[in-house]
Amino acid sequence: MGIDFKGRSFISLSDMNKEEILYLMEKSGEVKAGKHKGLLSGKTVATLFFEPSTRTRLSFESAVLQQGGQIFGFSSSASSSTQKGESLTDTIKTVTGYCDAIVMRHKIEGAARRASQVADVPIINAGDGANQHPTQTFLDIFTMMEKKGSIDGKTIGLMGDLKYGRTTHSLLVALSFFDVRLAFISPQELKMPEHYTDFLKTKGIEFMEWDVLDEKAGDLDFLYCTRIQKERFFDPMEYERVKGSYILDKESIQLLGDSTYIMHPLPRVDEIAEEIDEDERAIYFEQAHNGVPVRQALLGLALGTIR
Amino acid sequence: MSGDRSYRVFKIEEGTVIDHIPSPLGLLVLDILGQVSEGIISIGLNFDSRRTGKKDLIKYEHKVIKKEETDKIALVAPQATINIIKGGTVVEKRSIDVPDTIEGFLTCMNPNCITNLEKVKTSFDVVEKEKVKVKCRYCERVWEVKPNMIEKDGRS
Ligand SMILES: [Zn+2]
Repeated sequence: MGIDFKGRSFISLSDMNKEEILYLMEKSGEVKAGKHKGLLSGKTVATLFFEPSTRTRLSFESAVLQQGGQIFGFSSSASSSTQKGESLTDTIKTVTGYCDAIVMRHKIEGAARRASQVADVPIINAGDGANQHPTQTFLDIFTMMEKKGSIDGKTIGLMGDLKYGRTTHSLLVALSFFDVRLAFISPQELKMPEHYTDFLKTKGIEFMEWDVLDEKAGDLDFLYCTRIQKERFFDPMEYERVKGSYILDKESIQLLGDSTYIMHPLPRVDEIAEEIDEDERAIYFEQAHNGVPVRQALLGLALGTIR
Repeated sequence: MSGDRSYRVFKIEEGTVIDHIPSPLGLLVLDILGQVSEGIISIGLNFDSRRTGKKDLIKYEHKVIKKEETDKIALVAPQATINIIKGGTVVEKRSIDVPDTIEGFLTCMNPNCITNLEKVKTSFDVVEKEKVKVKCRYCERVWEVKPNMIEKDGRS
């Protein structure tokens, strides 16, 4: 096996190739199926959340504890030494001596990359500002593969704020490793930026741009939704006019196919009505739960306890 | 010959001639490279050029341009050429190539980038060479290089 993740940090999707992603997916599947039990026993993981993110932190903590690992850390910079003016570099150089791996989130972009240069243990990036949040993308890909076996040949719709959304940009890059067709569904103001569509052209990936969700959505294998924020609009009236077109409820999901799965990175606000949570195609909670085995596999690979 | 005219303006025995800088970028190149030099620095603007229409020219007496300085010129005037002069003749002709990576002398324009907030040396991958575009290795933003991103020397 040519892939060895031991000692490696996970900072950005741009550090990964297709084989590595598939390998991580395979190992995540094994972990979810109950193999590699106790893969983090005897290991200590630090969760340094300089910026709060309760969901991500709980997912990582659950991942570590379930596999027999120990965890310590902080959940906001108010409770860390950065409040006293300590540099990120110094914090990392200190904590690296206390643990086997560091999971960190920071509002400054590039913080995780910097940390990985000064740490002696693997760094897992749990979000650096608007830049990267690779484990979210890994769990998205894992969920898609779990539901449909393979990503090749699938048609995936990305809906909502495609201009600013880190999640959809990162997902797009990961999906570009596969033979997919993409549909971008967003208001004009929040269209997928040109440098991403140019990127898809260079990779030879077919994509479509739709103004609204309509009957074409029946062909989608997945519809990945993200929230549209009012602040993104220059004209608030425009927001009021368009927002309804990107909300999923009992009525609008009739446009979807029988096997069009609905995904969302969570937390949701009102872009997905609670009334559809019971629909079999709504898999966003399952998707969130997949974060646990994927993060377990990632930590196990980085620590060399899974091979 | 008109090509010789510019060389007659301020002939140097030892040093560097940066030629074929497309006008009006000569002053910008001078600004970026700085004005600290043991010898005379002469600048000529607006010569006729077959290659670029009008060209500017800078001569540094007693100074041999370093690799980092060549890279800086490449970012603003990749069409320029560099001649190293010794004993009154050209001993080395350098063409300017945009490098694959740039370490240290470019500033990332993202105010929320770690390189602007902590003591971290900047580092960029060049992603496009024609209209030079660079990608910050930290925040991963892509920038078209603008002169104000280039750290200037010789401001002492
Ligand atoms: Zn940057």
